[in-house]
This record gives sequence, C-alpha cells and structure tokens, in this order.
Amino acid sequence: MSYFTQNSLLSFLGYPVSLQTFLPLSAPSLHFTMDWQGQKLAEQIMQIMLLVFAVTAFVAGYVLGSFQMMVLVYAGGVTLTGLITIPNWPFFNRHPLNWLDPSEAEKHPKPQVTVSSKKKGFKRTIEPAHRLDPSLPTANLVTLA
Amino acid sequence: MHSFGYRLNGLLTFAVTILALMCVIASLSDNLNIPSPSAEIQIMNINWFQKQPKGSDEVSLRMNISADLQSLFTWNTKQVFIFVAAEYETRKNSLNQVSLWDAIIPAKERAKFWIRSSNKYRFVDHGKNLRGKEFNLTLHWHVMPKTGKMFADKIVMSGYSLPEEYI
Repeated sequence: MSYFTQNSLLSFLGYPVSLQTFLPLSAPSLHFTMDWQGQKLAEQIMQIMLLVFAVTAFVAGYVLGSFQMMVLVYAGGVTLTGLITIPNWPFFNRHPLNWLDPSEAEKHPKPQVTVSSKKKGFKRTIEPAHRLDPSLPTANLVTLA
Repeated sequence: MHSFGYRLNGLLTFAVTILALMCVIASLSDNLNIPSPSAEIQIMNINWFQKQPKGSDEVSLRMNISADLQSLFTWNTKQVFIFVAAEYETRKNSLNQVSLWDAIIPAKERAKFWIRSSNKYRFVDHGKNLRGKEFNLTLHWHVMPKTGKMFADKIVMSGYSLPEEYI
C-alpha cells in the first residue's frame, strides 16, 4: 500500500493522521506500536496460521464427511489468527527503534541541501544526518530540511 | 503490514482466497466418488389415453418408481434433483422427450425410496403419434454440489408401450 493511500485509509478509519505518522509524538506516546521486526513476524504468523488452519479444516471436513465442519473449523481459525496478528501486542515490539529526543536533535543541525547548477540540469547533494551512537540500530531515514 | 487496517485487510483477503481454493479442491474431490445407482419403474396402469380437442394425443399413467441413489451423495452434495422422462421416436422427430415426474432428494437418507404416483406433468405429444408407441422411461439425476461442478447422468429403461387404441 502506498504511503498516501495508507494515510487516507487511516484517516478514514479514524486514526489520528499526520504526515509524521511514522514518527512518534514528542510526548510519551499512548499508542501501542509494532516495530519493523514485529510487522514481519505478524505477517509470517498470519500466513502460516491461515494455511495450517485451511489444511486442518479440509482434512477434518473430508474425514467427517461434513462440509459444515470444514467451514466452522476454518472460520474459527481465521478469527484466532486475527486475534493474534492484528492487535499491537507487546511481543511484536521487542526491537523498538530508538529515536532521538527532540532536545538532542536540536544540538545536531539538520542536514543542508546544497544545490549546484550546471549547464545540463542541476545536481542536489544531501549530507547524511549525524549519528549519535553507531552501535545502536538506526533507521535509514533521511529527513529533509 | 503497517497498521491495524492494513493487517485486517491483508488477513481477510488471504483468508477468502484460501477459502476459494478449499472449495475448488472440495469440488475436485467429488471426482473420487464412483456412484452405483439403481432404479426401476413399473407402469401400473394407464388411466386414460385420449385425443385433445386441438388434435394432440395425451396419456395419463400411474407409475411405481423405486430407486437407490445413495451412492451419488458425497460430503459436498447439497441435493439431488431427479426426473423421469418418456422418450420415443416419431416420423417427424427422431427423439421426443417428455418430463413426467420430478423430485428433489435433500439428503442421503432419503435417497433409497419407492413412490407410486401418476405423472406430475402432462404427457402430451405434438400430433397423434402415440397409439401403440414404444417408449423408454429414463431416470435423470443432477447432483447439485455445495460448491463446484454439478454432475448429471441417467438410467435408461426400455420396453414400455402404449395401447393401440384410445382409452
């Protein structure tokens, strides 16, 4: 889903949406979030659980000779998978990203965009953001001035 | 998988797609079933055999239909529709088919039955060809599935004939 359709979907669903949806609010956030690893884990869990429940439901229905049994087992499986993968459970947030504090961010200037023009079009160079501690995992986002 | 709505959408789409696949496989599993149905029809009585005012022949019969269609049912069967048709040949048409009686069998337990009934639908010819006519009675069935392909087949029983003169 593209960034803009996701934003419009979120605003339609009633979520507070701003262009800075991916960045947390400056005050301690009341939103529970998933981190990137958690999102990947949630997607994998969803796919595997649905496939397992589908196979189980089909086998159960075929052996018992009941189509209704197959549909019921599968519907139960879908609901269970939804309960596990859709809400932002804490175990999806075990590798949270460490964002800079706003006060820290002020100490380090935002990168400057230098524009140099040549006869054939012009080239933009963007200096990389400062890194506080190379050992911490950082997201490779570049903020524009 | 970024947000609540995104994950919900992904889950529902994937679940419905897999459900469609399960239904396709369920329909394919119907091919594993080899049915062995049997049926017998007796004509107990010819009630009347007349010429209609506009000129076509019409017959009323009383039949005793007995059948065992239990082997047609699988786990993916919703109901079986059966009908009895009279088939005969005339000078104008090589095949005439007239449906005389039909029924819906909703469950396997009801598939082994006998019934005595006169024809539900009128046995009328196009013309005056029925005197002394030899005809086949065919029991057709359509196995209607819960999902997927419908199977249809028939049993042909021959050797029936109508009287030479109007009754």
